Amino acid sequence: MIEHVEYISLLIIPLFILFTVLYGTFKKVRVYDSFVAGAKEGPAIILNIFPYLLTIFVAIKGFQASGAFDYVRNAFYSVFAFLEIPIEAVSMAIVKPLSGSASTALFTDIVKTTGVESMATHMSAIIMGSAETTFYVLAVYLGSVSIKKTRYLVPVCLVSDFIGIVVAVAVVRWFF
Amino acid sequence: MNILWLIMICVSIVFAIFTGNLEAFTKSIFDGAKAAVEISLYLLGIVSVWMGITKILEDSGLIYRIAHLFKPLISRLFKNIPGDHPSITAITLNVLANLFGLGNAATPLGIKAMQELETLNEDKGVITPEMMTFIVINTASIQLIPFSVIGILASYGHGNPAAVVFPVLLATAISTMTALLVLAAFRKIFR
Repeated sequence: MIEHVEYISLLIIPLFILFTVLYGTFKKVRVYDSFVAGAKEGPAIILNIFPYLLTIFVAIKGFQASGAFDYVRNAFYSVFAFLEIPIEAVSMAIVKPLSGSASTALFTDIVKTTGVESMATHMSAIIMGSAETTFYVLAVYLGSVSIKKTRYLVPVCLVSDFIGIVVAVAVVRWFF
Repeated sequence: MNILWLIMICVSIVFAIFTGNLEAFTKSIFDGAKAAVEISLYLLGIVSVWMGITKILEDSGLIYRIAHLFKPLISRLFKNIPGDHPSITAITLNVLANLFGLGNAATPLGIKAMQELETLNEDKGVITPEMMTFIVINTASIQLIPFSVIGILASYGHGNPAAVVFPVLLATAISTMTALLVLAAFRKIFR
């Protein structure tokens, strides 16, 4: 089953591109010129996104390096101690929304230190698979169209992230 | 976002002073800047590629056909998108790319979707309800199979790495639903 989905994943982009250029040619579009014209929009979009990305990355990296991150993690750990969530999974829950590369590194570390079939590994795996790098998505998508007033979007995302982690913990308890 | 950023910066600096991590903090600012440049360069490549591909979709009219096809499905969540608007196609392709774990396609197509949604925005600079729904779906992360997680588990000798597939799917399904409910609740309160 997994192999099938993996194969479809590999197939989907090449087939889509093939279909697009053939359909374009059939509709008498000069696909080469079209592609160039589209690609020309790329740099302007990235120029819009870059300052947003930079601003959020500086805050995230600083937060991790200053020791504030460890404090927040320990605070979460003691507040939710009654749920008996492994501290490694708490780290994962806080890192994942902040940084994709850091969460991958953390996950590998958790697998190494707690064992590949430990509760901490399973819980982190589900959190890693089911949560998204919220701040990166916000910076890129909002930056690409220069949105300044985000209204209540950020609180919604943070509340949803929190609920998502609670759901992940519950699901793991149920399965493993 | 303003308050969040302010808090993160101030808290970090206060902590850095009290824990003696000042040097690490200063270094991390420039690490963050470097990471932003690297990711922007990476995005420049893949976004330009997808802008090229979607331009062919536009010029050939395929973008409107795909929009027409998925309109009934997408318009349940995005009520204020008129006719066979190109944003429907961009949203559909982004969701499909996310489902199949195609990160290299999902982000550029998501950016394309935001740009198409922006063409419908009458109050530039202010986010629209459609954009919010779209971003919430993306931050909730819908994925059929978490390939990277399975890959790491398998490489460290997990007996049955595929065991995480169903729990992850269940967790993302529930959290995507609740995220949309939270958004709907906030929408009611802040109307």
